[in-house]
Amino acid sequence: MRGITRARWAACVIAAGLLATACGGGRGVGGAGVLTSSWGDPQNPLEPANTNEVQGGKVLDMIFRGLKKYDPKTGKAQNWLAASIDTKDSQTFTVKVKDGWTFSNGEKVTARSFVDAWNYGASLRNNQKNAYFFGYIEGYDKVHPDSGPQTADTLSGLKVTGPRTFTVRLNQKFSSFPATLGYAAFAPLPRSFFTDHAAWLKKPVGNGPYLIDSYTRGSAMNLKKWGAYPGPDPARNAGVTLLVYTDNNTAYTDVLAGNLDLVDDVPSTQLKNVATDLNGRYINTPAGILQTLAFPYYDPKWNTAGARKVRTGLSMAINRKQITETIFRSTRTPATDWTSPVLGAAGGYQAGLCGHACDYDPAQAKKLIQEGGGFPGGRLTITYNADTGSHKQWVDAVCNSVNNALGNDKACVGNPVGTFADFRNQIGRHKMTGPFRAGWQMDYPLIQDFLQPLYYTGASSNDGRWSNKRFDHLVDRANAETDTARAIALFQQAEGVVRDNMAAIPLWYQNGSAGYTARLSHVALNPFSVPVYNEIKVG
Amino acid sequence: MGRYVTRRLLQMIPVFIGSTLLIFLMVNVMGDPIAGLCGERACDPATAAQLKREFGLDKPLWQQYATYMGNLFTGDFGTAFNGQKVTELMGTAFPVTIRLTIVAILFEIVIGVTLGVLTGLRRGRPVDTGVLLGTLVVISVPTFVTGLLLQLLLGVQWGWIRPSVSAYATFGELIVPGLVLASVSLAYVTRLTRTSIAENKRADYVRTAIAKGLPRHRVVVRHLLRNSLIPVVTFIGADIGALMGGAIVTERIFNIHGVGFQLYQGILRQNTQTVVGFVTVLVLVFLVANLLVDLLYAVLDPRIRYA
Repeated sequence: MRGITRARWAACVIAAGLLATACGGGRGVGGAGVLTSSWGDPQNPLEPANTNEVQGGKVLDMIFRGLKKYDPKTGKAQNWLAASIDTKDSQTFTVKVKDGWTFSNGEKVTARSFVDAWNYGASLRNNQKNAYFFGYIEGYDKVHPDSGPQTADTLSGLKVTGPRTFTVRLNQKFSSFPATLGYAAFAPLPRSFFTDHAAWLKKPVGNGPYLIDSYTRGSAMNLKKWGAYPGPDPARNAGVTLLVYTDNNTAYTDVLAGNLDLVDDVPSTQLKNVATDLNGRYINTPAGILQTLAFPYYDPKWNTAGARKVRTGLSMAINRKQITETIFRSTRTPATDWTSPVLGAAGGYQAGLCGHACDYDPAQAKKLIQEGGGFPGGRLTITYNADTGSHKQWVDAVCNSVNNALGNDKACVGNPVGTFADFRNQIGRHKMTGPFRAGWQMDYPLIQDFLQPLYYTGASSNDGRWSNKRFDHLVDRANAETDTARAIALFQQAEGVVRDNMAAIPLWYQNGSAGYTARLSHVALNPFSVPVYNEIKVG
Repeated sequence: MGRYVTRRLLQMIPVFIGSTLLIFLMVNVMGDPIAGLCGERACDPATAAQLKREFGLDKPLWQQYATYMGNLFTGDFGTAFNGQKVTELMGTAFPVTIRLTIVAILFEIVIGVTLGVLTGLRRGRPVDTGVLLGTLVVISVPTFVTGLLLQLLLGVQWGWIRPSVSAYATFGELIVPGLVLASVSLAYVTRLTRTSIAENKRADYVRTAIAKGLPRHRVVVRHLLRNSLIPVVTFIGADIGALMGGAIVTERIFNIHGVGFQLYQGILRQNTQTVVGFVTVLVLVFLVANLLVDLLYAVLDPRIRYA
């Protein structure tokens, strides 16, 4: 009978396992007036100066309001918590904070809430990934040196001059500085952030139209409307539940089944059905994202006069219209400049600036590439990361287009890299031998943000190490210009330099896409392709 | 028996060290994880250097491995890039995957063994041919096809289930994903049981049992099935580990935040601590499951004894 007792014992173990794991239960989803929306697990802890991707940014957008806010339709920076931001010389700014604003825990928003937050964000000790946003402020090199230990704890350019006023002194002239202050990294922080950091991270407290009700990392966040929100843009719904999805296909299926109200990234495989599936509840609007091909200028072969011709020829060999229509189903628009349509003509967007160089002209392309001495190394490889973003399809299409233009099936090949981390790693170590995929999502809707970080000598995202004295000079002059219109004109001249050298090949402007259920109305995406949650009405 | 268990436990140590070292090397070969942390733009060098120091990535690999193993014995699996303790991630992920695995194993045992016995006893009859064809279809269709199809039909078209599983992942919600996860193994269990039963049906001890006049169900359950289950138990035992580690596809389709989800995110973000930590635990699960299988032999067949 030993066998039987053992079998019984085994059964008991299994039963115990069942009981032990059967905990939990019930659904955490919404309630009346609450909408559910798809979400991705934020990569970094949720701190304003440490969030550099859309998913974390989405939450910051709901729970924080800064000195400025970008209009969800036009992208224009408007004063929000700032009563005024004045300057005489484009280098020293006096900021006055409006009265009556509080954090959702009741604490008043003062000048100190900003200054402390910015000092925290800039300090090397705190490992904030957006620290370079404070790089224009005087004393940044002491607080965040390129190497070695920091020699100061606070930025010398920041001074609190009254309960609700402070001054900012920059280390260079930068006339559009106030317009950058709508970026989440510049958000104010309450005292509890500094006094009990761990607790704050578990449940962040801000001053926006929503407050965080509960947060289960990696799976869900419940945000509810903050009733006492003092701002002019209160939430028009009772709350938002963000649910983490690993795969946006599943999120889309959930929207079809009515289990989820909003998916803010319609998977490309579903684009052909989305209009009928959702009966018009589909949004596809331009966002401030430009995709380009960047070049390794540290490789001398790419840094010659001939190579410039080759780059222009390459640009003409790409059939942008066909690729955006067939592969992206018109969720991308062929690019004709190096900025984005969301800036608007007044903001510096100039349709057609690229001119004939961005038109598909296979005959001219072949001629130019041959005149320029052909592709350096005899063959073109386009490097991309294969793990996310379905880059393989369009890189292959671009190569096909180039091969057709040149009448040679082996002229261009894609070079996939397994992970995004490795792709960034190879770029960072200057290992590229040919063009590589580059995507730029704007931080703030300014023409400056599309040019300076990418093409200025030694700039943070100038991955190809392009350098041009005339471009740098024009950018410096534009930044020093106090008149906005003249500054933009100078930036456009600088963009002309980028065009004449074909420093990077513009491919297409990316749209934001979203689908939603019939429960919702007034759904829109802002220029950052994030849903304007507080405007959405439920039921 | 006691000595046998001790020897098996000691054998686990080199296997454990070897497999963790391998996975540690593999994750590190993929390049510098910090490079991907800052998004499309490069991390500024000072922050990158400091992050590396904080995660211990600036040290030589052997030293990283030694530190990691040292910490492991104090129960410290390190910190993921999003600031969460890996043990915390495990605390949320493993219960979910264990529940999913239990559902899958139950399906394998209940459906697989039952079908196996039915077909084994009726070899060559229409039932047998039908089930064999069915298992062939199940084996040849990839899991993600079965998963997406069931999700679309049951979840969207007919509305019987939610297409995705909620954060709580209760047993009820896991029935369909569990069935999808179990499907291929279930077919193998059916076939294994069938063959084994069919073989033993003609054995002497079965004939003796029938000749003794025992009731049919007693012959089948106590004599025939018990002796036929040994290969099946081996398969199911080894399958426990495979199901837990291999749930990536199923978990992704049904948005289940279990081990597969964490591993997928960890690999995508090249998060060494998460990947190595989870794989370490999975290795342990494999080893323990195999040990339990070997011990179960003695229960099923008293002739098998371990000195």
